[in-house]
Amino acid sequence: MTTTSMSKERLLFNGADWDFPTLQRVHDACEEIALGELGLDVYPNQIEVITSEQMLDAYSSTGMPLFYRHWSFGKHFAHHEAFYRRGMRDLAYEIVINSSPCISYLMEENSATMQTLVIAHAAFGHNHFFKNNYLFQLWTDADGILDYLNFAKSYIARCEERYGEVEVERTLDAAHALMSHGVHRHAGKTKVDLRDEERREQERRVHEEQVFNDLWRTVPAGKKRTAADVGLEKRRLALGLPQDNILYFLEKSAPLLQPWQREILRIVRHVAQYFHPQRQTKVMNEGTATYVHYRIMNRLHERGQISDGNFLEFLKSHANVVFQPNYDDRRFSGFNPYALGFAMMQDIERIVTAPTEEDRAWFPDIAGKGDAMSVLRDIWADYRDESFINQFLSPNLIRQLRLFHLYDDPEQEEGILVSAIHDERGYRRIRRQLSREYDIGWIDPGIDIVDVDLAGDRRLLLRHNVTNDWFLQEADTKLVLQHLANLWGYEVLLQEIDSSNEVVKEHTASPRKPLQ
Amino acid sequence: MHIVDRRLNPRGKSLENRQRFLRRAKSAVQQAVKRSLQSRNIRDVLDGGEITLPIDGLTEPGFRRGEGGISDQILPGNRAFVEGDIIPRPPGRSGGRPKEAGEGDGEDGFRFVLTREEFLDVFLDDLELPDLAKRRLTETEEESPVRAGYSVSGSPSNIAVGRTTRMAMMRRIALRRPRIQEMEALRREIGECEDDEKRLALEAKLKALTEKSRRIPYIDPLDVRYRRFESEPKPVAKAVMFCLMDVSGSMSEHMKDLAKRFYLLLYLFLSQRYKKVEIVFIRHTDKAEEVDEETFFYGPATGGTLVSSALAAMRTIVAARFDPAEWNIYAAQASDGDNSYSDGTMTGQLLRHEILPLCQYFAYIEVGEEDSDSSVSRSPLWTLYEGIRAEQVPLSMRKVCRRNEIFPVFHDLFQKRDAQSKVAP
Repeated sequence: MTTTSMSKERLLFNGADWDFPTLQRVHDACEEIALGELGLDVYPNQIEVITSEQMLDAYSSTGMPLFYRHWSFGKHFAHHEAFYRRGMRDLAYEIVINSSPCISYLMEENSATMQTLVIAHAAFGHNHFFKNNYLFQLWTDADGILDYLNFAKSYIARCEERYGEVEVERTLDAAHALMSHGVHRHAGKTKVDLRDEERREQERRVHEEQVFNDLWRTVPAGKKRTAADVGLEKRRLALGLPQDNILYFLEKSAPLLQPWQREILRIVRHVAQYFHPQRQTKVMNEGTATYVHYRIMNRLHERGQISDGNFLEFLKSHANVVFQPNYDDRRFSGFNPYALGFAMMQDIERIVTAPTEEDRAWFPDIAGKGDAMSVLRDIWADYRDESFINQFLSPNLIRQLRLFHLYDDPEQEEGILVSAIHDERGYRRIRRQLSREYDIGWIDPGIDIVDVDLAGDRRLLLRHNVTNDWFLQEADTKLVLQHLANLWGYEVLLQEIDSSNEVVKEHTASPRKPLQ
Repeated sequence: MHIVDRRLNPRGKSLENRQRFLRRAKSAVQQAVKRSLQSRNIRDVLDGGEITLPIDGLTEPGFRRGEGGISDQILPGNRAFVEGDIIPRPPGRSGGRPKEAGEGDGEDGFRFVLTREEFLDVFLDDLELPDLAKRRLTETEEESPVRAGYSVSGSPSNIAVGRTTRMAMMRRIALRRPRIQEMEALRREIGECEDDEKRLALEAKLKALTEKSRRIPYIDPLDVRYRRFESEPKPVAKAVMFCLMDVSGSMSEHMKDLAKRFYLLLYLFLSQRYKKVEIVFIRHTDKAEEVDEETFFYGPATGGTLVSSALAAMRTIVAARFDPAEWNIYAAQASDGDNSYSDGTMTGQLLRHEILPLCQYFAYIEVGEEDSDSSVSRSPLWTLYEGIRAEQVPLSMRKVCRRNEIFPVFHDLFQKRDAQSKVAP
């Protein structure tokens, strides 16, 4: 410890108090380390100091600084506030927004150490992740989001003036109910380039000529397609079916919606899409931010810019953040994304800098590469939780966390099967299973709009592909379908289909009154 | 990097959302408020408070998976298991899925805090003041200007001279403007001075002082202050509430407590409807006196019972201080129902011909012991009032024995009615 050389002047602050010059100094010191030593690449930072009440506000409107009005945000506010007041839960230390400039909220109650931690965590960790991860680059527009939210807010306020709060609320309620099915999950087809298409067609023909074998002619053909089948296919194609983005489909094709209602659906859909990458990268995003703050805080301490006492304070809250209770602990409520993410980042650093034989066998690409930061930066840019875990959860970490796999089939009378543990046979299975738990496509029920009976009663047909006997929850589904029917304007039928394509369960709903 | 201090931004950004939520949850909130009242005393009610809401009708549905499927789960912290172990399910739970992550704080019946205003609004929402005739006046308010300190801008007619000279003096002293007497003295000294050299020095000093006094004016525009006025709404209709209580020996603490609760409710209710509510406390034994609140509820007194004395006292006070043309007069009388036998006629006369014509509303609460049965007893006062009530006057009466009956009775008395229907139940 360099206590003697640690002159008072080097310290960024002393004790727990801070003022605005302190924040500036802290930010600059963090920036030096983040950009200079860790090689991070961030949006410009904007740091906003707010009160706890404002933090609650921000919380309740999904963390956004400005948002349209809706009763559900009031409900969440009341809920959070009740918890906070009774001291049952602390407020988050920070909220950070994926925008450019990247806005981080700091609570005024935080001590100087906490502010430093938050700046390192949010203004550099999250910020870097937002700017560089491919999902965020693909799906979000950091430059435009604040303007867009501003537009959304005033647009919806104008609608309320014109069409009445009740009507707007009905539309918003319906849109919110379908929000989880209002995102494009795939980047979709790129526009067809005719020249390109022609070239590909030629290549295909050449290939077919090369591999031509007359014997194929003798293979019995499938059922001939009837005219009705072809008609059906055409109709589906025209409507872009099947479609898993229900809100998008309604916005484009629902026959009875007013233009302003379509715009509201669009707004809700855009918001859902904006948050979609965050849902897919919880572990990575928090892992990155936690890893970054840990590195920065340690460096600040090494450089004598944070006193021993303040560093201890930091270590204590850091330990709280990355605490992972065991499954039989009363505090256990699933995996803590901070803990898992941070542990994996540290594990990767270890594999890159000091690999064992096992690591070399499992991770030939990165083991012993030496430069942890460059490997991590690439990983942060190119993965999401599911692929990240599937690729980088190491046997070492599985042992360390003593992970095991429970397989629970309700048909099985005796009980729950421990189907894998942290041993040679279990590593891959555990890794695959855990990664699956972070796959949104696997967690969210897969529901597609498959058909509309345009010639007949215009009934909308949806399908839910049931996996592992997980049917939809009755009561909720009924409510959502009701909303859907109200928007669509005609009857709606949802079929639940098991793996053998049999319809097992059906839900229907008719519109209460056409939304006019 | 930018640092922005947002702490002074307008607060309560979520207020609108919160109100929308309450509006939406109105019926549920009303139920919850009523339920919470039964377990609380009235002082706490004044503070608003926490209520529990069932979450029905406030759900935000979404497509979710139900129960009963096959589940796979990875958990941390294995110590004892090896592959192939079978863990028996805990009894009483089919489809034993361990609690899912994030299910921590269940939302069914979630609790939150209402502010005092919100609470009162909900609490008194479906109640209505009887006899709306004068109440209409409350909606036409007069505005009158009220002094509200000083401001740096305003019209010349509002210049606050005293304040302005005071500000000027403060500035002059702070900036050390040379005083006029000082310069006069210097000038005199120069006139008297013989020595040239000394005079030059004095003249230079005088010049400096003159310049300084020019730089620092006697009165600067900065000093000027204006009287500021704010217009304050002035309710035209005012309400006065008379609390009449029998404090004779037969009234137990429990009975007084019941009465007090009723008065508090009435006061709350009136103050929600009128900007200005006066309260007059009249207690009586065999003679009545006007007292303050403390004495009214807690002061000891003994004696016989003459209800007419209280009514007479009320009449006198109204005549002296509360002109019925200007005031809405409400009265609430609490008594155990005892009255001196000889006083019956007198009381009836007073009430029928003097008091009731003055009143918007007269509520009579007969309080009883906790274990007594309110429906059977027929006290002298009850019988008397019942006779009067038959004449379609703004008089209502109820019997109360237990604390938790207070609110229902109150609620019952002040229920919203059709504009036509008469007050007396």
